[in-house]
Amino acid sequence: MLWLKRRNNLRAKGILGINERNIAYISRYNERKRFPLVDNKLLTKRAAQQAGIAVPELYGVIESTYQLRTLANLLEPLDQFVIKPTRGSGGKGILVLSRQDERNFVKPGGQILSLAEIRHYISNILSGVYSLGGQPDSAFIEALVISDPGLEQYSYEGLPDIRVVIFQGFPVMAMLRCPTHASDGKANLHQGAVGVGIDITTGNALHAVQNNRVISNHPDTGVDFSDLVISEWTTLLTLASSCYELTGLGYLGSDIVIDRSHGPLLLEINARPGLSIQTASGIGLRDRLMTIQQLPKSNWDIEARIAYIMANFGAIDIEPAAAGVRGC
Amino acid sequence: MTSRNQIYLLSAILISVGLGLTSYKFFSLHFPLTPGSVRTVWNVEAKISFNSEGPSALADLALPNTQNNYEILDETFASSGYKFNIQNYSGQRRAIWTNTDISGQQNLYYSLQITPRIERESADMATRTVTQYVSKPTWLPAQHEAAMSIIEAAKKNASSPDMFTREVLKIVSGDPRAEDIHVLFSSDKDLSRANMALKLLAQAGVRAHIIRGVQLGNRTHNDPPVELIEVNEASGWTIYNPDTATAGLPDNFFIWQRGGPSLLDIEGGSRSKIRFSVLSNVIPAKNIALKLAREKTVALVDFNIYSLPVEKQNVFKLLFLVPIGALIVVIFQILIGVRTSGTFMPVLIAMAFIQTTLLTGIAILITLVSTGLWIRSYLSKTDLHMTARIGVVLIIVVMLMVGFSVISHKLGLDQALNMTFFPMVILAWTIERMSIIWEEDGPLEVAIQGSGSLLVAIVAYLAMSNGLVEHLTFNFPELLLAVLGVILLLGQYTGFRLFELYRFRHMDN
Repeated sequence: MLWLKRRNNLRAKGILGINERNIAYISRYNERKRFPLVDNKLLTKRAAQQAGIAVPELYGVIESTYQLRTLANLLEPLDQFVIKPTRGSGGKGILVLSRQDERNFVKPGGQILSLAEIRHYISNILSGVYSLGGQPDSAFIEALVISDPGLEQYSYEGLPDIRVVIFQGFPVMAMLRCPTHASDGKANLHQGAVGVGIDITTGNALHAVQNNRVISNHPDTGVDFSDLVISEWTTLLTLASSCYELTGLGYLGSDIVIDRSHGPLLLEINARPGLSIQTASGIGLRDRLMTIQQLPKSNWDIEARIAYIMANFGAIDIEPAAAGVRGC
Repeated sequence: MTSRNQIYLLSAILISVGLGLTSYKFFSLHFPLTPGSVRTVWNVEAKISFNSEGPSALADLALPNTQNNYEILDETFASSGYKFNIQNYSGQRRAIWTNTDISGQQNLYYSLQITPRIERESADMATRTVTQYVSKPTWLPAQHEAAMSIIEAAKKNASSPDMFTREVLKIVSGDPRAEDIHVLFSSDKDLSRANMALKLLAQAGVRAHIIRGVQLGNRTHNDPPVELIEVNEASGWTIYNPDTATAGLPDNFFIWQRGGPSLLDIEGGSRSKIRFSVLSNVIPAKNIALKLAREKTVALVDFNIYSLPVEKQNVFKLLFLVPIGALIVVIFQILIGVRTSGTFMPVLIAMAFIQTTLLTGIAILITLVSTGLWIRSYLSKTDLHMTARIGVVLIIVVMLMVGFSVISHKLGLDQALNMTFFPMVILAWTIERMSIIWEEDGPLEVAIQGSGSLLVAIVAYLAMSNGLVEHLTFNFPELLLAVLGVILLLGQYTGFRLFELYRFRHMDN
């Protein structure tokens, strides 16, 4: 009975479950043929560059073990960089390095890796350790994004990113994902990162959660989340929403980082965005998605879409609870 | 029609076809729904013996017809040196044995297997076909007087016409020294009570005929045929037992011949007699259903798993359980939300458990995977291609299996020899994936996925090893269509998973 009551309460709050997300949104709005573009980060990056969407600079690609010989040359001019598997999922296999000396590099945690160790790491990526189903993969090296000073204090040993769920081009919900010591510098909520729900109309923090539990301060840095505001919010929403035109996916998650000098950059696109954004925001996705579904079919351009959500998806109307406080 | 409605329609069709065929097989062909259900089968043997007088002899035995209470499963005729055939005289089958080169004591055997019908047709089909009645009998003058006096007495005692037969039978089955009946029997010593009763009834103008049959018992030996009479009364045909003057067919009575001139005719022999032996047996209900269905050439049964050799049938017995395992996995994933490593890996593990038994299987699995993970943790430090590394893990799994088997055999634990039933490639993959999860997401996630897989495997094992499930899937393979339909329906489920109710618990306030 308790379960039934909770089920009804969650339904009443408009919470979207995995089964409904998979059937009613992902399989209905995301054509299978459009998946390769987003599952391959390199393809996403190149397509974004062509469409004029800002992304972190690409330094190089390694597609075969043979190319590993050229790794030393490739890394030579670089002081800080990130190595990523092209088809990694869930933030797996991402290695952030900064130069220590000629042949050694250091991870954010302080661990030192030699060039040989990096080669081994990349050969693991190539053999498919981090890709779905263990298919052979390739690795790419891109610029390390230096976090915006405003956001830096909310993160520990990693880069906070902003996940925006885009439905048919409308940004419906957003959260800031802050790495913690527990998440090992990764921005995935199930690994222990903090999720901060963001009011989609303003860029203000709503509510922060870690491991599904509401918190008010960052567990490592102790900074209060309630003052958090994301600057250039409309620019960021425009960037995120343009992923709809880029990919043709009806239901997607854009992962955006804010670089100190370059502003908002698209990091990757996810065709199967998770549901933790609801916990982080304290708001269910279902009602908003249905609202968008009921809109008249016309050619909404990005400005019109953003104007629509700005006018209709204010968090205060839906969720009266104050930031970080659970009412009733 | 939306794709959702198409799926609903398809599932509805699949489920109703599956359940429909199952109920057809249950209700019409009497395939049992539960394992171990049995039916009684009586083996009735008729032994004909006579003394041959000449070189040639002919025996002519009335054979039982299809009837509404019993189903004839099988008939066999044994008689060395005789020519044998079956002839049909206006609805009555008769077996004819002939031989032209015999002498002395002869024994002929006819045996049949019968089982009570599950549903008895109410219409008494046999009676209506009987056309033969005993004509007015001929008596000696003294007998005629006695007979008429019995009929008078019976008529006087009978309160209604229907009571008349009973009164006659009371006299016939009564004290044989009573004056009138003694007169009748003294001059016709070989006449049975049934025939005497028939003669009297014929004299009184009542239509009646004889029924010969066998009283089915647990184990009877060399019984003569039992004679009953069937009388056409105002209310219809009624069967009477002339020995007890009671109406109605006795329980477990198998009617061999209804009406008809004679049970057995012998030409060229003397001192003929027929004796019945009955042996009761219990036989799996399924075997009987199969036998009967084959005779009726039911396509559903003809083009079926039973037409394969027995060893192949056993393979299918296991294969038919896979959909049940799949159903369990689907339920656990979609309705409950248990995370497993490898979607259908638990089904394969459950199939291995079926061979090894549950506890041994779990012990073997945990030992193999944890040893494998331990060795694999060394491999992650080496610079190896993924494919090569899985190859290495696979070989290690094989060697572990051999090692554990030999050691446990030496220790006298022969159950561990069943280790080979575990799918090696799947185990190698599991170890590899678990190892990566360990490195990426930590031991907690390994524990979650490992125990999730084990839980689903155990539940799938319990479902698949259940005797009823095994019986149903093997004997009613069409139920798999229903399983398919259910899985299609589950695939449409958009509600919350049970674990999501826990996951979003903080939003319920």
